[in-house]
Amino acid sequence: MEINKQDALFEFVLRIADDSLILGHRISEWCGHGPILEEDIALTNIALDFVGQATNFYDYAAKVEGKCRTADDLAFLRFEREYKNVLLVEQPNGHFGDTIARQFFFDVFRKLFFEELAKSTDEELAGIAEKSLLETKYHLRHSSEWMIRLGDGTEESHAKIQESVDTLWRYTGELFFSNEVDALLLNEKIGVDIAALKRPWEKQVREILGEATIEIPAHAWQQAGGRTGVHSEHLGYLLTELQYMQRAYPGMEW
Amino acid sequence: MDMKNINLEDKEREFQAKIDADIRIEPNDWMPDSYRKTLIRQISQHAHSEIVGMLPEGNWVTRAPNLRRKAVLLAKVQDEAGHGLYLYSAVETLGADREDTIDDLHSGKAKYSSIFNYPTLTWADMGTVGWLVDGAAIMNQVPLCRCSYGPYARAMVRVCKEESFHQRQGFEIIAGLANGTPEQKELAQDSLNRWWWPALMMFGPSDENSKHTAQSIKWKIKRETNDELRQKFVDVTVPQAEMIGLVIPDKDLKWNEEKQGYDYGEINWDEFMNVIQGNGPCNKQRVDARRNAKENGMWVREAATAYAEKRQAKKAS
Amino acid sequence: MSTKEWPLWEVFIRSKQGLSHKHVGSLRAPDAEMAISNARDVYTRRSEGVSIWVVESKLVSASDPKEANEFFEPSDTKIYRHPTFYDVPDGISHM
Repeated sequence: MEINKQDALFEFVLRIADDSLILGHRISEWCGHGPILEEDIALTNIALDFVGQATNFYDYAAKVEGKCRTADDLAFLRFEREYKNVLLVEQPNGHFGDTIARQFFFDVFRKLFFEELAKSTDEELAGIAEKSLLETKYHLRHSSEWMIRLGDGTEESHAKIQESVDTLWRYTGELFFSNEVDALLLNEKIGVDIAALKRPWEKQVREILGEATIEIPAHAWQQAGGRTGVHSEHLGYLLTELQYMQRAYPGMEW
Repeated sequence: MDMKNINLEDKEREFQAKIDADIRIEPNDWMPDSYRKTLIRQISQHAHSEIVGMLPEGNWVTRAPNLRRKAVLLAKVQDEAGHGLYLYSAVETLGADREDTIDDLHSGKAKYSSIFNYPTLTWADMGTVGWLVDGAAIMNQVPLCRCSYGPYARAMVRVCKEESFHQRQGFEIIAGLANGTPEQKELAQDSLNRWWWPALMMFGPSDENSKHTAQSIKWKIKRETNDELRQKFVDVTVPQAEMIGLVIPDKDLKWNEEKQGYDYGEINWDEFMNVIQGNGPCNKQRVDARRNAKENGMWVREAATAYAEKRQAKKAS
Repeated sequence: MSTKEWPLWEVFIRSKQGLSHKHVGSLRAPDAEMAISNARDVYTRRSEGVSIWVVESKLVSASDPKEANEFFEPSDTKIYRHPTFYDVPDGISHM
């Protein structure tokens, strides 16, 4: 498949933005329902960071595309198959342990990813990555602290977080998905060698899980599809909520 | 009269003299039991209101119409959690346990602002809640910055500083809708129709029926009466509604030249009492949501405690 | 509810380099690390700080307000500790 640089860059940025938007949406569902007040505030901070990142990356994607679409058009007015986020981020919140495990797997990836993207020759992209990296480091601190406390806490919390890890492990492989889009941009020194992030990701995950006394699941089967727009059934409902206002009142300013 | 009572009277006189001289009361200072109890009740109710108040607005976080509105709404709801926390902090300086007061909320023993028992049905309600509900809250809160109890007053200073954006963002939403398409204007008017009267009720029962007001004013816990604050609110809000072309749903509303304020219609106190007693449209749903959050999160708290204890033990050995 | 509550922590924030840490309030946390994280999220949402201290509330010792008079009155009368106590002839500056 032939792909030009502009299309590749658009697709690449969209993936980052969609990951942020969808995960931000999921975390924002906790708002008002956190396990303790302090944690409610912490989760909302993280959700806010993701909404901010999504906005920055969509703004840039819209600019790259050059078709007069806005960040909001990209966020709210595409169809399900056009969203390119990984399956991991659209998984439901479940209990607090499910949310934390999902977050932890993603944060480790995101930190490695932004560290590389901050070196991109595309200065605008590098700039957004750098700002996002600071936020991500804090997110990772937060999710790691909780992984350790839940894993090495009570018997109940240990069993719960182990189950979360077992369930979500199958969605972690897709984090390292890459295709001709990534190859082209890597060649241009714009993109990131995503496959190369897998080893450091595993190392860091193992370290924290070790401290948390959580075992890495034995099963190796990995689900994928999000990056090519083939999602789980969960995404449709999420988008129904997300897009409600834009669909119910087309073309209005709010 | 025995010595103990004389001492108590002296102490009370001294205490009132301090209050009269506008000297702030601080946590470890001597204070009458009833002063302490009144404060614990009022501050924890205030804290509960912030926390329950997260729910009606949180209801629209995932459906906000664009990225900017989503971020603003999230930040605002988060502020409310923060404000609840500042207030619980103040309660704890009085020797009350935050989680005990929260359990009182969950068992229905403790009250919170009646307004949050009304549903947010449309996006326009995010505008109206900010404009009217935060507007009314600010009216209530600004005088509290001068409350006689130091930690409460300081918490309120922080809250008021942070809250100034809340009302503005609400008004921005509603003004935008009022000047938008006919459909949007209708959303705005419908929302005002539903929230106007509950907003007036936020100031509490009228002065002749308010059992706590007189003592609270003497103690400078409260600085203005319910009716005074309500009047102030009506007087500033009516012109705002006129300016954006919305109609206040009160046929008795008219300017009174003599008192230089608006006369307004009779509040439905029967509805107010019912909502306070648990019969509002969302009482059960709100309290259930808060109770569930705590109960479903208990294992998380326990895990963190267990981990901290294990680590402490390891350090000690 | 019967479970043990997280302890209470007092939070102190340095708003910018060059200023002291100042008490801003309290919060609940299971341990010091989490207390610092929570303090960051609760008390520095509007970039109010560059440094955070937390200390468990039960570890704070305080003077007794009942003794405030004998505690602080003596220094009230020692006005010679304040520079304005001293007369300096007119025309002397930088002192």
